[in-house]
Amino acid sequence: MRDMMSAGMRGVSVVTDGGSARPDGGSDQTGGMSAGMRDGKAPGGENGGPLLTARELSVEFSLYRKGLSQTRLTAVRSLSLDARRGEILAVIGSSGAGKSLLAGAILGILPANALVKGELLYNGEVLTPASQRQYRGTEIVLIPQSVDYLDPLMRAGKQVAGARGDKKGQREAFKRYGLDPRAERMFPFQLSGGMARRMLIAAAVITKPQLIVADEPTAGLDGELALETLRHFRQLADGGAAILLITHDIDLALAAADRIAVFYAGTVVEIAPAADFRQGKAALRHPYSKALIDALPGNAFTPITGTQPPPDHLPPGCLFADRCAGRRPACDGEIAPRALRGGEVKCLYAT
Amino acid sequence: MSGAVNITGAAGADGIAGADGIAGAEGIAGIAGIAGVVARMLLLLFLVSVLTFVLIVNAPIDPLISYIGAESTLSPAAREDIARHWGLSDPLPERYLRWVGNIAQGDFGMSITYKRPVIQVIRERFTYSLALMALAWAFSGLLGYAAGIWAGLRKGGLFDRAIKLFCLVLQSAPTFWLGLLILSVFSVWLGWFPIGMAAPAGKLAAEVTLSDRIHHLILPVCTLTVVSAGKMVLFTRQKLIEIMDSDYILFARARGESEGQLVFRHILRNTALPAVTLQFSSFSELFGGMALAETVFSYPGIGTATAAAALNGDAPLLLGIAGISALFVFSGNLTANILYSVVDPRLREEKSYV
Repeated sequence: MRDMMSAGMRGVSVVTDGGSARPDGGSDQTGGMSAGMRDGKAPGGENGGPLLTARELSVEFSLYRKGLSQTRLTAVRSLSLDARRGEILAVIGSSGAGKSLLAGAILGILPANALVKGELLYNGEVLTPASQRQYRGTEIVLIPQSVDYLDPLMRAGKQVAGARGDKKGQREAFKRYGLDPRAERMFPFQLSGGMARRMLIAAAVITKPQLIVADEPTAGLDGELALETLRHFRQLADGGAAILLITHDIDLALAAADRIAVFYAGTVVEIAPAADFRQGKAALRHPYSKALIDALPGNAFTPITGTQPPPDHLPPGCLFADRCAGRRPACDGEIAPRALRGGEVKCLYAT
Repeated sequence: MSGAVNITGAAGADGIAGADGIAGAEGIAGIAGIAGVVARMLLLLFLVSVLTFVLIVNAPIDPLISYIGAESTLSPAAREDIARHWGLSDPLPERYLRWVGNIAQGDFGMSITYKRPVIQVIRERFTYSLALMALAWAFSGLLGYAAGIWAGLRKGGLFDRAIKLFCLVLQSAPTFWLGLLILSVFSVWLGWFPIGMAAPAGKLAAEVTLSDRIHHLILPVCTLTVVSAGKMVLFTRQKLIEIMDSDYILFARARGESEGQLVFRHILRNTALPAVTLQFSSFSELFGGMALAETVFSYPGIGTATAAAALNGDAPLLLGIAGISALFVFSGNLTANILYSVVDPRLREEKSYV
């Protein structure tokens, strides 16, 4: 068990990082507690180990334009990341970067014209459409953005139980998230924003999932409710689940995540401990991550020049090259992710 | 001749159908709501009766000639006596008001065509038509809904393309043409069903059995069903495709629901509500289709009576039928509205207690 932990050296250090450096006081407590829990009763040393690994993942869409001419649209390209047990990994990136497609690819619910290439490993096993069908809704779950993802004509109780849960589990989930039993009989339109959010989380955890993919789970929530949601995520991570938090909100990622993956034009350009992001741009690796930090209102507030390349006109090499000040000829070639200072970066010249 | 009958019938029915916008109402609740409904209904009846009255009076048909026959040897003096007795030469507003006054006392007048009280004719005819319409309504609703669901689930498949083409052809095919087609194939060519009427010719009314009636009903019901189902198929199919694209279906998929579970847990519920509403608000089309189908199959219902009344300048009967059909369509729309607010929780229940 110890051997496994030390083998995943990076993982261990990151976990510690995430535990101690969490910003808000409330979670700090849980963080400290969770660190203890991880050391104490991590089953088989699994906490901190990768549960989901994406290797060179691509999502392409074939579109028909004007008659029979077919266009390939590469929405996700050569994306690699890993989600570990007991950890919240935030995937941040601007809107329209294709972050939600990552969730779709993991769950196997992309539209029929989507083509997924590369490899997804779940618990060391390659995810196939058949195994995705088996796992989704049980071991791998999605927490969606809003109450719009609930059937408008189905009562909340039945909805939280879902097709794979039962009444007993639903009652427990209601209790766990402080939902009034009367709310069982309510329809989605009757739920307040906070209740709806807790319902969506309750619906996700009813099957005791291993991997939780949360797609913009705090969209439209005010500060207090967003923090409450994040506390729930932390609890779930402490319970041993791996959480993939997809968001465009950097502050949210900073507040909640153990590690942060920066998503740009369909790929992950950098993965780093959240502490690095909190330290500022000097601790970061990729020029885009640095620019992202600079663009924050609390910092220089300087926008990045240029725009993200559209998915039908991706440059051959580095996707950020067009907007990068440090661009060199080699940037037009293939760029593989490499390990750097306890993180991972997709840049030839990052230091 | 038959063509002319059809056109008159259709125009009458469509004119009535046009008025159903008035019946389109918001939620009905409380005494004020009921009073509003009644007021709208009375307004509708008034407008329909005035329109019908103006049309029939200005039609190039002399009710007197159609009563006594074009070849009649009746003296001009006797004709004038009848005209005066009927009040044909009185000013129009006076004639209309007299009719309204009689209606208020429960007297719908005598039908010139059938030489019987209008109320009797309508009651008898409406019974026949109601059987026809009720069956066609139920079948077209159920079959159309099922076909729409199936086509939508297998969008782009063989069944979907076939049924879509079929429905589009039907939507553009005149009802009487379809009726004639069905009639010539199944009655004339194959000889499986009687050519027309509601009972075997020459059989005493007392001897007509239920199976006789059903046998005579099958073709008109089929025609009307096929005509009415097209809209339901296309509507349900469209609705299903819309729902399949919705966030809550995506989420249900993400939660591991199979296609069968998607259908039975979400799709049926979410499509049935608008479908039922559509079916209730389609009473006007049903009525128009019924009039045409009856004419083709010489079925002695309200549709053939409408055509006969229009062709004979039979003002009392036509007014009576117009009123009844307006009420019929109005009640359909009203039912659709009430049903929606009763069945749809978003309209029925309180917003939230939080």
